[in-house]
Amino acid sequence: MTTDVITRLDPQSHAAKRGLSDLSIRNLFIIPTILFLIVFNIFPLLYSLYYSFTDFRASTNAAANFVGLQNYRELLNDPFIWNNFVITAKYVIVSVAGQVIVGFGVALLLNRDIPYKGLITTLLLLPMMLSMAVVGLFWKLLYDPSFGIINYALGLGTFEWLANPDMALYAVAITDIWMWSPFVMLLSLAGLSAVPKHLYEAAAIDRAGSLYTFFRITLPLVAPILMIAIIFRTMEAFKTFDLAYILTSQPTTEVLSIRLYKMAFQEWQTGRSCALAYIMLIVVVAITNIYVKYLNKVKER
Amino acid sequence: MRRKIAGIAAGIGLMLASGTSVLAQELTIFWAEWDPANYLQELVNEYETETGVRVTVETTPWSDFQTKAFTEFNARGDAYDLVVGDSQWLGAGSTGGHYVDLSDFFKEHNLGEVMAPATVKYYAEYPGNSGKYWAIPLEGDAVGWSYRKDWFEDPKEMEAFKAKYGYDLAPPKDWKQLRDIAEFFHRPDEKRYGVAIYTDNSYDALVMGVENAIFSYGGELGNYETYEVDGYINSDKAVAALEAYKELYQFTPPGWAKTFFVENNQAITEGLAAMSMNYFAFFPALLNEATNPHAKNTGFFANPAGPGGDQFAALGGQGISIVSYSQNKDEAMKFLEWFIRADVQKRWAELGGYTCHAKTLESEEFRNATPYNEAFYQTMFKVKDFWAVPEFAELLQQINQRIYPYIVGGEGTAKEALDALATDWTDTFKKYDRLK
Repeated sequence: MTTDVITRLDPQSHAAKRGLSDLSIRNLFIIPTILFLIVFNIFPLLYSLYYSFTDFRASTNAAANFVGLQNYRELLNDPFIWNNFVITAKYVIVSVAGQVIVGFGVALLLNRDIPYKGLITTLLLLPMMLSMAVVGLFWKLLYDPSFGIINYALGLGTFEWLANPDMALYAVAITDIWMWSPFVMLLSLAGLSAVPKHLYEAAAIDRAGSLYTFFRITLPLVAPILMIAIIFRTMEAFKTFDLAYILTSQPTTEVLSIRLYKMAFQEWQTGRSCALAYIMLIVVVAITNIYVKYLNKVKER
Repeated sequence: MRRKIAGIAAGIGLMLASGTSVLAQELTIFWAEWDPANYLQELVNEYETETGVRVTVETTPWSDFQTKAFTEFNARGDAYDLVVGDSQWLGAGSTGGHYVDLSDFFKEHNLGEVMAPATVKYYAEYPGNSGKYWAIPLEGDAVGWSYRKDWFEDPKEMEAFKAKYGYDLAPPKDWKQLRDIAEFFHRPDEKRYGVAIYTDNSYDALVMGVENAIFSYGGELGNYETYEVDGYINSDKAVAALEAYKELYQFTPPGWAKTFFVENNQAITEGLAAMSMNYFAFFPALLNEATNPHAKNTGFFANPAGPGGDQFAALGGQGISIVSYSQNKDEAMKFLEWFIRADVQKRWAELGGYTCHAKTLESEEFRNATPYNEAFYQTMFKVKDFWAVPEFAELLQQINQRIYPYIVGGEGTAKEALDALATDWTDTFKKYDRLK
């Protein structure tokens, strides 16, 4: 048996007549992709790594001076940046936890035979399909203390969701939960419907309680796909920008990407913002790695 | 087939040839998206009728105006021939090589006297007192106040006010009266609130608001020539001013934590607040009955004096500069020569632009043209501005980080916030070698 990955062309084929060898066909597909990646991903990545060691400002024509680790040192010594990290961590935990609880809960409710199941699922997916900016703008109206419908419905009077520094971050997280729980729900539903029915039947015969069934059968079998949802949502929540930026400008909601945006495009501290972006990249890669390790472990079980 | 290709090639050639000749007759001005930009488009349409040169005013929302302009500058793009840039950009625009030096043009046309002195100082010159000019003052602007005349002139209210505070209810003459009136009209039960102020900390809104207090209290941001800030921004006067601003915050409508010109005009149009601070540029909308149901009952006053009698206001407004990467610099220069003509400036004012032309400003005709022009005229001779150094955005970020938690979050004291700010600013000026 041949070990060639590429199968030989039939000499009579159209491609062969035009003189395209399998090698050139392969190159035709792969080289543009690699070039695209190099030009638009890898080159900027390396170029910004270089900038992160300089005092470059994109707003002037002055040349960049090499400053070594100064940008990193100053950033990691800046109490405001640390505060941004704490805010981001809080936001990630609250919003991802909320999405998993709500999303998985709704998936459990939907994972049975109910009328109009397809329609309900589709309707529940709507928030996810909206643009972040639009969601931000209309939740700003919903939260409005004078005429917002949330205070009216909950009878909260003029409770200040976004103007209250302690509440604002949770208000942003609630919006994010509303928007992205359907995503977790969708993946969970896929996981739930893949759980073999005979396991439940066996559990029923053994008179296992519903809690026992959930923790011993449902959760372990859905865990891998749920972990994938969590990885996606954590990465997204970590770099969240639009929602927080549109809803409020409280210092207590200044997540890292907002700080990064201001540093890069309002203050034009290009070198320093590159350094901050790298710090963020390292953190995201580290967190994702932990998750992936855990995911592999879960899969092995 | 060959004939077809030749035809297409000829067509493309013709298009390119005519394209270049058309280009020379076109100018693009970049500005933010707001009413004055529409007035400017109307004005430059008249330039086209006069000279045949087509001028387009291209706009973008305020929130990304700075970012978009500097992205274009950084790329040395020639998309814009002229830009109507914020006064704080002068440092970055001039030292960055983005603006054409207009010093000779200024001297030739004696613009130092033709335009109101404060506007020349803040919209055109950088560094301060250097005699180097980078822009022509185009849209003068400063922060003023609008108020509800019907609430102020209600006999019952007037009586109650006099009984409580011992003086007549009228537009405030100083910051203490401003505070009293805000307190008097602050009635959350009736959904009426005392005052609307700027609180948005994402760019310069909150800072402009606080500057109104600091400057009128006799305080300064620092020494604009030596860049010393310690003892200025944290002086007793500045501390008292910041405390006064925070006091006003408690009389604002609920949720007043990210507000700028849109919200502050809404405070009047929605009948929420008795008084509202805003740039003069946004006042025409308040007199328009289509946009303000209370248009007939809206009055205006200049930023009141502080306890020591000083009276200043925070400067807004912009100058027009030629972008140094433009392909049409000569044509742009000709346009500026037309723009500074006295008759054009008068027309600019008629269309709704806030001219900086001294003679036009002083004319009775201008001062009586609208209910707020008089307040505008008075204000334009007593304005002060934020730092215009290239690193202004860092300074803005630092002041926002220090004063916002104090004003909106109620954290710490005014003295603590401003002491910390003095340290931040000193470090920043040292970093850029402005301070030893």
